[in-house]
Amino acid sequence: MTAAVLEIAGLDIVVDGGRGPTPLVEDVGFSIPAGAAFGLVGESGCGKSITALAVMGLLRTPLRRTRGRIALAGRDIASADAAELRRLRGREVAMIFQEPMTALNPLQTVGRQIAEMFVLHEGARWRDAEDRAVEALRSVRVAAPERRVRDYPHQLSGGMRQRVMIAIALACKPKLLVADEPTTALDVTVQAEIVELMSDLCAARGTAILMISHDLGLVARMCREIAVMYAGRIVEQAAAADLLSHPRHPYTHGLIGALPRLGARAVRGRARLAEITGVVPAPTDRLAGCRFHPRCGRATGHCHTDAPPSKARQEGGIVRCHHDG
Amino acid sequence: MAGRANLWIGGGLVAVAVAAALFAPWIATHDPVLDANLMLSEEPPGRAFWFGTDTQGRDIWSRVVHGARISLTVGLVSQAMNTIIGTVLGVTAGYWGGWWDDVVSAFTNILLAIPSLIFALAIMAVLGPGLGSLLIALGLTNWTFTARIARAQALALKSQGYVQAARVMGYGDLAIMMRELLPNMAGPLIVIATLGIGGAILSEAALSFLGLGIRPPYPSWGSMLSDARDNIRVVPWLAAFPGLAIFLTVLGLNLLGDGLRDLLDPQSRSRQP
Amino acid sequence: MLRLILARLLAMIPTIAGVALIIFVLFSVIPGSFASALMDDGRGAMDPEVAARMRAALGLDDPLIVRFGRYMRQLMTGDLGTSFRTGEPVARLVGQRIGASLELALAAMGFAMLIGIPLGFYAALRPGSLVDTLAMIGAVSGLSLPKFWLGLMLMYLFAVHLQWLPSFGYGGWRHLVLPALALGVSPLALLARTTRASVLDVINADFVRTARSKGMSETRVVTWHVARNALLLVLTTVGLQFGALMGQAVVVEKLFSWPGLGNLLVESVFQRDIPAVQGSILVLVLFFLVINMLVDIAYVLIDPRIAVQAS
Ligand SMILES: Nc1ncnc2c1ncn2[C@@H]1O[C@H](COP(=O)(O)OP(=O)(O)OP(=O)(O)O)[C@@H](O)[C@H]1O
Ligand SMILES: [Mg+2]
Repeated sequence: MTAAVLEIAGLDIVVDGGRGPTPLVEDVGFSIPAGAAFGLVGESGCGKSITALAVMGLLRTPLRRTRGRIALAGRDIASADAAELRRLRGREVAMIFQEPMTALNPLQTVGRQIAEMFVLHEGARWRDAEDRAVEALRSVRVAAPERRVRDYPHQLSGGMRQRVMIAIALACKPKLLVADEPTTALDVTVQAEIVELMSDLCAARGTAILMISHDLGLVARMCREIAVMYAGRIVEQAAAADLLSHPRHPYTHGLIGALPRLGARAVRGRARLAEITGVVPAPTDRLAGCRFHPRCGRATGHCHTDAPPSKARQEGGIVRCHHDG
Repeated sequence: MAGRANLWIGGGLVAVAVAAALFAPWIATHDPVLDANLMLSEEPPGRAFWFGTDTQGRDIWSRVVHGARISLTVGLVSQAMNTIIGTVLGVTAGYWGGWWDDVVSAFTNILLAIPSLIFALAIMAVLGPGLGSLLIALGLTNWTFTARIARAQALALKSQGYVQAARVMGYGDLAIMMRELLPNMAGPLIVIATLGIGGAILSEAALSFLGLGIRPPYPSWGSMLSDARDNIRVVPWLAAFPGLAIFLTVLGLNLLGDGLRDLLDPQSRSRQP
Repeated sequence: MLRLILARLLAMIPTIAGVALIIFVLFSVIPGSFASALMDDGRGAMDPEVAARMRAALGLDDPLIVRFGRYMRQLMTGDLGTSFRTGEPVARLVGQRIGASLELALAAMGFAMLIGIPLGFYAALRPGSLVDTLAMIGAVSGLSLPKFWLGLMLMYLFAVHLQWLPSFGYGGWRHLVLPALALGVSPLALLARTTRASVLDVINADFVRTARSKGMSETRVVTWHVARNALLLVLTTVGLQFGALMGQAVVVEKLFSWPGLGNLLVESVFQRDIPAVQGSILVLVLFFLVINMLVDIAYVLIDPRIAVQAS
């Protein structure tokens, strides 16, 4: 596994509050081989974004990593000093955020915000960097890039801004692109374009993707391997085809059941869990046992008391359920 | 956390000032106006005169204690006037909208352009010095901020479900304003009023210092400071104590206002620094 | 750009006219007012015939609306009237004072910005730290200090006691220090608080997180991405404070015998020189409006989001 661009093992993240730390993410681990597309799926609030931020080394108070190892291109980010961490961000790993409307600095032209990457990481002079920003914008299929670079974020549509974010992220050819729900805030038609753009560019450059979404269908189309997250834990992880054809965890079952039928277009917004009733427990509930038991049809006694360990699935991958197998 | 400390310290300082005002005759050791004794003038602070005496031999401690009455009266009454004017104009403008809103907004904008101390000074110049003039001058010139907030709140609340429901149920405008709008904007208005009392106390002191507020010999903190200015070399203690009294009272009100804001209106922290 | 400035200037006219009307009415209609006080105050009762002639000469017997119309026409030509006291044009009196007023306001505002903004910035970067706590206690105290008392204390310490600086009057920088300090402390306090709040607002913004994810140093994040956006929010406060400063300066000017507009205003009030009172108030208001207009224009220059709406 030395070829992995990202390795996470035993990651715990807590939020510090008045009554001590509350765990948000527990024992999350997975690894992404170079050039691969990996999907992380789960409902709103399950901890996808903070996992992504942890990968970037961007957790800020009151969020804190308490345990676990995150290695980017073989380099443990916990032991990296500030300068090393800065080099890792941008050069080795880059991130696209959920909300394109606010993710760009409103007072700078998009050209400058792209050019900044070349200045930061390649020591380019501003003049040259701004020329290269035009090319970067062209590569994300923006029409008339030489004019667009002079636009400010508010002059662009959501889809355009997300293209700019992609241009920034891929500017220095990172080995990993963390895409945190890059299309959730966009119109359906634009969503497809952005996903395709990301896939194409990353494939062409050999950049691996950590694709975060609540939309299992989208992730399944894009990624080779998928991890399903529920209330701060990974409940099942497998190759995309296996996961869809042989879901082992009742939650994964539910997610697949909620997918729109073939041919129907994906619905915008949250995946509705047709076969799963009830709501996600809040982190502050500190639910004992399997976090999914209140909503699970198969829950029995020890599901209420013991957290299931992760077990190997027959087809490969892992699952966290007392009733598997 | 800091909010709690603000409330307690601010509340404590204000309580002291209020107590001084209420019980002035019992706390003061001398008559603030009549006990002038030139034989005992310019005494430094000591056992007989805790804060010393002024150039006319009056006890500064007693004058400072009585000064609280003037400051707090002016502060409370004038701010009450401002709150009423600002709330009535703001709520009606926001709720009714239309030409009335335009008129109120235009008027508010014009008043905002006149520095409030200058406006109050102009009114004092016309009415002449005295407590009544002060109440009018300060009570009519500081309501613009209240009006703006009340208007914004009324605009926001007007489209809320429960206000619409009340309208459908046939409540009159007055009833809706009193029962639905006012209670829901009380938080920010109380905060503004608390801070406004402090502002009015500062303005009263400034006007009296200029000789346009409370007329000597009555013990206004501001006019005592005006005395002190002319005699700074002789009776520096006369400069110290009335100013300290203003400072601590206004500080108390400001802390109380900050604390109340954290308590009642937490999202507005960036609106009003 | 020029069109914008012109538009803003035109937009000021109704406000100025409104202010002129309020001030005019205030000094004209209130019974027992100032105008009559001019004639009977001082040397006993005036000969009624002389009084009548004087009223006629001053046009005081015309209906209010006629007098206001005349006043406005006069104002439009830049004529602020003639001083009752000296017989000079008020515009000239004001002109003689405005330099000193500006000097004081600039010095006070410079001092306030130079210390208040960095202080607020520093505090915001370390929320809850000792520096932050002390700065915010200092700020609320600064807002609670009566300016003239602070001035009086400064005067006692530095002029009377230590004798480092002159205690009052107008002259070189040594005369400017104490009044500027006394006047500058409350805008300083307000700027520290506003800056802190703005920086805290901006530092949690999404685009700052983006900036960090790009791999830049925290210093660069703060100076390139946080500072500009936060200062944009502070600009309004700077404008409002600066605009109001010349008005607030009245007490400080009086305390230090500073020959500014505020002092002219107070002197004129005591001398019952209505045209001079009205004139100084109008000029103070004009100054306030011009500063705020400049701030509006600065926004258009700095903030691309506004530029689009304006053009
Ligand atoms: N700064 C923070 N302070 C406190 N709690 C936080 C913070 N950030 C996230 N959380 C909590 O952590 C949990 C996981 O949040 P996260 O943003 O990772 O969810 P998500 O899976 O990305 O959901 P979404 O689909 O809505 O983006 C949530 O319960 C959220 O309330
Ligand atoms: Mg998220």
